[in-house]
Amino acid sequence: MKIVVLVKHVPDAAADRTFHEADHTTDRVGVDGILSELDEYAVEEALKLAGSESGEVIALTMGPEGSADAIKRALQMGADSGVHVVDDALHGSDALATSHVLAEAIGKIGEVDLVLTGMASTDGGMSVVPAMLAERLGFAHIGFVGEMSVDGGTVRARRDSDVTETVEAATPAIVSVTDQINEPRYPSFKGIMAAKKKPVESWSLADLGVAAEQVGLDAAWSQVQSVTKRPERTQGEVVTDDGDGGIKLAEFLASRKFI
Amino acid sequence: MTALNPLQLLGVDHLLDDEEKAIQETVRRFVDDQVRPHVAEWYEHELDADTVRQLAREAGKLGLLGMHLEGYGCAGTNAVSYGLACLELEAGDSGVRSLVSVQGSLAMFAIWKFGSEEQKQRWLPGMASGELIGCFGLTEPDFGSNPSAMRTRARRDGSDWVLDGTKMWITNGTVSDVAIVWAQTDDGIRGFVVPTDTPGFSAPSISKKLSLRASVTSELVLDGVRLPADAVLPEASGLRGPLSCLNEARFGIVFGAVGAARDCLHATLEYARDREVFGKPLSSFQLTQAKLADMTLELQKGFLLAMHLGRLKDDERLDPRQVSMGKLNNVREALGIARECRTILAASGITLEYPVLRHANNLESVLTYEGTSEIHQLVIGQALTGESAFA
Repeated sequence: MKIVVLVKHVPDAAADRTFHEADHTTDRVGVDGILSELDEYAVEEALKLAGSESGEVIALTMGPEGSADAIKRALQMGADSGVHVVDDALHGSDALATSHVLAEAIGKIGEVDLVLTGMASTDGGMSVVPAMLAERLGFAHIGFVGEMSVDGGTVRARRDSDVTETVEAATPAIVSVTDQINEPRYPSFKGIMAAKKKPVESWSLADLGVAAEQVGLDAAWSQVQSVTKRPERTQGEVVTDDGDGGIKLAEFLASRKFI
Repeated sequence: MTALNPLQLLGVDHLLDDEEKAIQETVRRFVDDQVRPHVAEWYEHELDADTVRQLAREAGKLGLLGMHLEGYGCAGTNAVSYGLACLELEAGDSGVRSLVSVQGSLAMFAIWKFGSEEQKQRWLPGMASGELIGCFGLTEPDFGSNPSAMRTRARRDGSDWVLDGTKMWITNGTVSDVAIVWAQTDDGIRGFVVPTDTPGFSAPSISKKLSLRASVTSELVLDGVRLPADAVLPEASGLRGPLSCLNEARFGIVFGAVGAARDCLHATLEYARDREVFGKPLSSFQLTQAKLADMTLELQKGFLLAMHLGRLKDDERLDPRQVSMGKLNNVREALGIARECRTILAASGITLEYPVLRHANNLESVLTYEGTSEIHQLVIGQALTGESAFA
């Protein structure tokens, strides 16, 4: 079984996140980046599925130079190889362009059985790329999966949303997984040391036959006009219990429509 | 965040390569997930055997046990990576670092370095995975800094060996599957691989400790323990054997102590920022800042010293006297930092809500084990003067 797992290098939420002043795109160069935490679940699931069927796991990312770190993390966890699509023209690409490029990259990787992704990126948080990618590739798509198995050419998955459904699809399929599906492993020291020797290919847009004008900020369907920093978190409201604490709490929760 | 990380003021991260950083980060996460949430509880009620076994298995999964050894299921990292792992473990608790040090650098290292191929095959893979736990018996009730006078004796009986004696202050003893025991023989001191289920072997734990409570400390009692001829470590004879093991463990402590100090300083910086005294943050007082600055200096100097020794070790140029310098300085300074931090945390500092007095109490043991500060002073003194002042 050949599994491609999509990994994204995102600014570390623990550090200050900023936007480029000129074009309001996310600053991905001057900040500490990490493998999007939600993607770790996809990597873990890919490793588990591949492990039980002696499969192959390929980590695929698109992004500037530093984003190869996301691939490295996946390799340290146990993925077999990596593909990094890197090209200056990609700067500012929206989800449509991203799905276009990733679809071409998956096509170039060749016959794959499964594409696994996290349920969202922890920076953009749109959750649309898996569906777009499925449409472009003509693959089945199962989103927000909390449990899955593969048997022969069939993916069986539990999809968690307002209702819980169990669905099946024929491979090749794209599955996005939630943080309920597993507990991602720490990379073992052997994994960390082995990762250095695993192959990572760098592909440009030309390698994929994608024209520069189809991607990037100029081709994006929407552009950010302005950015305002979220106001500092204010001190919470302290309710003193003078015998009516419960009522005050209930009133507060009702005013915020929690109850 | 940057302003809060006392180890980054000198940008020491640049001294590490990507692999070393990844290993350090992995251990930090392991400690955050599996040690930090429980360590106060372990300390309050002392660590039980099941928890030690569980912890060892988790550490084994990561590759922490015997991580710097090659083959037999060990990860085979460099020495700096091993040091960084010790640093992160000890930022959690010195007792947890002790578990890993004793397993990897004392018990496993002794077998790996001085054992027969059969001994290595039998014990090392299980010890690397954490399924088997090891301990190291050198110190005795009456012989600490002068192990050459030990009373534990191994005598020949036919081809068998029979061991009698008592070992003291043995980390992991009670929970061990295998003990490396050093004993006098007619041919000088030899090491023995003792399965702990051998008749005559017992390992009662030492309780009522005020230090290293998140670690099992035991006595080993050897009462006519009969072992086959092949239980002896073939490649070690004389004190050089156990002392070279101690040198390995001591190297980890040079880094580990920095971790304990860093954790104290972290907690203290946060506390000083949030705590208001006389209507303003404790961190805004000059005396507080002077303490913080001095501690940060010592912390970073200690880390640089550890890194220097680590690079020497990876170059195979590390001299035991240099390790003595590292241990003497870094444990002493770490203990000083822990105590100074306690003064900033004031009364809060004496509780298990904060790590500082726990670290300080632990470091009292670390100051003594693996060569006391005084012995390391004598090692350095001898190197400087040519005069041995040990006795």
